[in-house]
Amino acid sequence: MSFITGVGLTAFGRHEGSSSLDLMSKAATLAIADAGLKRNEIDGILCGYSTVAPHIMLATVFAEHFGIRPTYAHAVQVGGATGLAMTMLAHHLVEAGVVRHVLVVSGENRLTGQSRDASILALAQVGHPEYEVPLGPTIPAYYGLVASRYMHEYGVTQEDLAEFAVLMRAHALTHPGAQFHDAITVADVMASKPVALPLKLLDCCPVSDGGVAFVISREPTSETGVRVLGCAQAHTHQHVTAAPALSALGAEIAIARAKAASGVAISDVRYAAVYDSFTITLAMLLEDLGLAGRGEAAARVRSGHFSCDGEMPLNTHGGLLSYGHCGVGGAMAHLVETHLQMTGRAESRQVRDASIALLHGDGGVLSSHVSMFLERTR
Amino acid sequence: MSGSKQALTDWTAGEEAIVYQSCAACGARQYFRRSFCCVCGAPNPTEKRASGEGTVYAISLVCRAATPETRAHVPYNIVLVDTIEGFRMMAHGDNELAIGDKVTARFAQFAGRLVPYFARTKT
Repeated sequence: MSFITGVGLTAFGRHEGSSSLDLMSKAATLAIADAGLKRNEIDGILCGYSTVAPHIMLATVFAEHFGIRPTYAHAVQVGGATGLAMTMLAHHLVEAGVVRHVLVVSGENRLTGQSRDASILALAQVGHPEYEVPLGPTIPAYYGLVASRYMHEYGVTQEDLAEFAVLMRAHALTHPGAQFHDAITVADVMASKPVALPLKLLDCCPVSDGGVAFVISREPTSETGVRVLGCAQAHTHQHVTAAPALSALGAEIAIARAKAASGVAISDVRYAAVYDSFTITLAMLLEDLGLAGRGEAAARVRSGHFSCDGEMPLNTHGGLLSYGHCGVGGAMAHLVETHLQMTGRAESRQVRDASIALLHGDGGVLSSHVSMFLERTR
Repeated sequence: MSGSKQALTDWTAGEEAIVYQSCAACGARQYFRRSFCCVCGAPNPTEKRASGEGTVYAISLVCRAATPETRAHVPYNIVLVDTIEGFRMMAHGDNELAIGDKVTARFAQFAGRLVPYFARTKT
């Protein structure tokens, strides 16, 4: 068994003058304190990557900086799925008895450390260097392609997609750490600047500075335990040109494997944390995961199903779309919020019952997937 | 020397052509060039020139580009086209293209490079 024993999350937005290591250190300090541990009790470190400060050995750069001599350490890279992939690895490392307490940490000064153009350019390199990148696509364009096809096949409209941006913003308004604090409407999303149609500015997550960490341990360190019930991955392709049909994408494969690994059904889930780099990402993943019928996710947003007081509260911190996106840490914030909800510490955002949660991360262009179920044990 | 045939040059090398590979062993088609078939692993798939005919699978009109060279072309339409030869490719296309349109390729200059460019097939 493995337990998420502590979490740490900085505000997202501008952290002028903070390096990636500064943000990682800040989040790690919070997470270790939250777990009630001392830093010398951490014997494993997993970290993501920083596009601002790339390094071939980031985990040990961090370990030395932070002052830990771990028995196990390395970085992990699967784009937006990295946070949950690290959590899955930590779960298995702890279960196998390799280490007792794994610190999973990521942070990046992506907003203030480089220009927006540099971020867009760096991320666009997930495209094929010969057959895609020369055509000048951007990450929003890769997702824009998928969006156009999804809308075509399932009758989803741009107004439908806008609902997800409005929902995430409404949730962010209740979290002091979120990057955005102005309410938006469907009309605002529709009127926002075109980026890569059908996606407009407010359909896209921002670029942020931020740091996130958590500790995964063999035993709970406090009264309320949050246990990893089961998790699974699926990787179907890398480049959008080589993507399978919409009906054969990896989210459905990963969730089926995670259900088998944990013995949980979607009907058992009380809280959902789903990757939302773009509105289309969230719409598709909710439907792929079985949290809404095909083409029906937007209607469920409108009916309040995914609101804090709804049947399936979703990304109550505001998600990537409105809490913000600092790279690997972006989706790790979903897990921190889930943990706060499960342990009754989500303050004004607290939902009635978060006893079983489903988390899902997506990396690349819906190419790498990790699904995970968490359970509150006490 | 290995037994592999001389590679046909295509738009990625500045030649006005679209090239794909066809596996003699299993019949699979692949667009990204490799020295083997990615379905069955057989070596030396046959290189063929594509006709440039296909159907639009997906579209996205890029309005925000990240370099001065690409910004000069904004807005430009990125398309995924399912070719009649049976492989999918990314290209540029007319801004008014819609999913399902039958299209034909020509070639255009984009940010100092030659790129495939699709327009509706004239009937």
